[in-house]
Amino acid sequence: MAVVGTEIRATSESLLTARQPRKAANMGQIIRWLLLFAGGILMVAPIAYMISTSLKWPHEIYNLALIPDEPHLENYTYVLEDGRFYGWFVNSIIIATITTVSNILFDSLVGYTLCKFRFAGRYIIFIAILSTLMIPTEMLVIPWYLMSQALGWLDSYWGIMFPGLMTAFGTFLMKQFFETVPDDFIEAARIDGLNELEIWWTVAMPLVRPALAALAIFVFLGNWTAFIWPLIVTNSVEMYTLPVGLSSFGDEADVQWELIMTGAAISTIPTLVVFLVFQRFIIRGVVMAGLKG
Amino acid sequence: MASLTIRNLVKTYDKTEVLHGISLSVKDGEFVVFVGPSGCGKSTTLRLIAGLEETTSGEIEIAGRTVNNLEPKDRNIAMVFQNYAIYPHMTVRKNIGFGLRTSKLSKTERISRLEEVASILDMTELLGRKPSQLSGGQRQRVAIGRAMVRDPAVFLFDEPLSNLDAQLRTQMRLEIKKLHQRVGNTIVFVTHDQVEAMTLADRIVIMKDGHIQQVGTPSEVYHQPANTFVAQFIGAPSMNMIPGTVAGGMVRVGSELKIGLGLALEEGRSVTLGVRPDDLHPGGAASLVEGKVTVREPLGPETLIYVETEQGEVIAKADGKSPPEVGEHVKLNAEPDSIHVFDGETGTSLA
Repeated sequence: MAVVGTEIRATSESLLTARQPRKAANMGQIIRWLLLFAGGILMVAPIAYMISTSLKWPHEIYNLALIPDEPHLENYTYVLEDGRFYGWFVNSIIIATITTVSNILFDSLVGYTLCKFRFAGRYIIFIAILSTLMIPTEMLVIPWYLMSQALGWLDSYWGIMFPGLMTAFGTFLMKQFFETVPDDFIEAARIDGLNELEIWWTVAMPLVRPALAALAIFVFLGNWTAFIWPLIVTNSVEMYTLPVGLSSFGDEADVQWELIMTGAAISTIPTLVVFLVFQRFIIRGVVMAGLKG
Repeated sequence: MASLTIRNLVKTYDKTEVLHGISLSVKDGEFVVFVGPSGCGKSTTLRLIAGLEETTSGEIEIAGRTVNNLEPKDRNIAMVFQNYAIYPHMTVRKNIGFGLRTSKLSKTERISRLEEVASILDMTELLGRKPSQLSGGQRQRVAIGRAMVRDPAVFLFDEPLSNLDAQLRTQMRLEIKKLHQRVGNTIVFVTHDQVEAMTLADRIVIMKDGHIQQVGTPSEVYHQPANTFVAQFIGAPSMNMIPGTVAGGMVRVGSELKIGLGLALEEGRSVTLGVRPDDLHPGGAASLVEGKVTVREPLGPETLIYVETEQGEVIAKADGKSPPEVGEHVKLNAEPDSIHVFDGETGTSLA
């Protein structure tokens, strides 16, 4: 044992010494760090300003100092005591949750079918689903609105949710992940007497949990922050989602930035929670989606 | 336990026919091994029996019942896959018990069945573990357990030992053989390894290009190969093939008359003589073939010698203590009754 220990120490020492000259000389490394640092600041600055503004009085808003002169929590008290905020919060929670669950179920069901079953037109269907990714939301908003109007879904949860209950991206992500599940698992389950729906649910789904977690984060965040469509499809203040509601703090003449920022700061809490719970999966999910494509 | 009968089984993918009408009858409790090179159709046959692929034509009968149109779950079979296919998110207990999900047994019966199987496979201590905490051999045992627990009419094994290292493969091979002797189920086993086939099988089915070449006991396929393919596929190193022609009731190899056949064949017919390296030795005055030793492979008690002859390279076995030197000219001889005679064109046995 002692000999082995010495060997390991010797090896690690030689590795350390081998690295040292590189460390000192590498300018590229320093430039990379500086770029990353700048990128980091760019990312953090809006969040820092959001929190800073939420702690300011109205007259201080256009003072760009990060530290408020007289920090206070009045804005938080105001927003939280305003009944509308809770309604919007609840609306957003309901919509983001239902949409997430729906995407997890249906994207994976379609992805699984496209991946594991051989049927005529399979490839064309897949391409058709993928091609919808090329159409921007802005173009779809008017047809969606006309559909909602015709179906009587305006100003309802259903109206806000229906365009996002399934996504082409989610279907693609899940299909690519199911490719990594060996067919033997599915055939073994078939021999064990499970029907196709049971195989999907009890065998295939647990094997793609990382993808499901990644998809959950994408969908939840996407719906939590969605603005254009909820703005268009809702009329009454009660049906607003958080982003739409927050933007309504104020009118044409006077935008109450300190309240908007306070609401925004509070509304980031659920997304932080979702992200912290699932973050270890998201990286793997994104990497896999990239590699397998 | 049950018998299995296949009649004129044909399978085509798109327009390519991969199985050309094979027929086979497996007796109750028999251990049958399908062996052949890659792409010979052995795995396809197994998947057709399992119901994982649809037959193009032909009939599959398990325990006297035609199963062509039945789902895999209704065929009363269990299958063990090459890469185990045990579910990584379930414990060993759940994996083995998974096969019982659809059975009509009561809960207590299920538990006792599961424990019985676990003890047969010596896995009782491992029931709480996840597959990631098991070794390759243990995982394969779980897969076998999942198949056993359902007590199927027929066990199907699709190259179950290919993913194991050599030592473990030998060990698992023995375990599977013992298991068969103990539970006595009908087993259909697919492998590309002829040693596995020889050691495990009651009967071996040798396949090539979607046709059955020969069905027989290990001894039959070794000692009485039906054609040159079987003769060369079974046995290692493979049988030497020496071309010759019939002349005056003898076979002429090269320019000389060599051996009497004891077979009535027409004059001038081309034949192939098959001699296993085990039966071909240097020494003696008369010789079947002769040539220069190019390579020696010492195996301990014997040495394999590769000899370059006019009829091509042949392998022979020499004494381990004093084998001929590389470059030495040797005459190789074999007992007449150890020489197989095949048709020179079709390769079928003429014996």
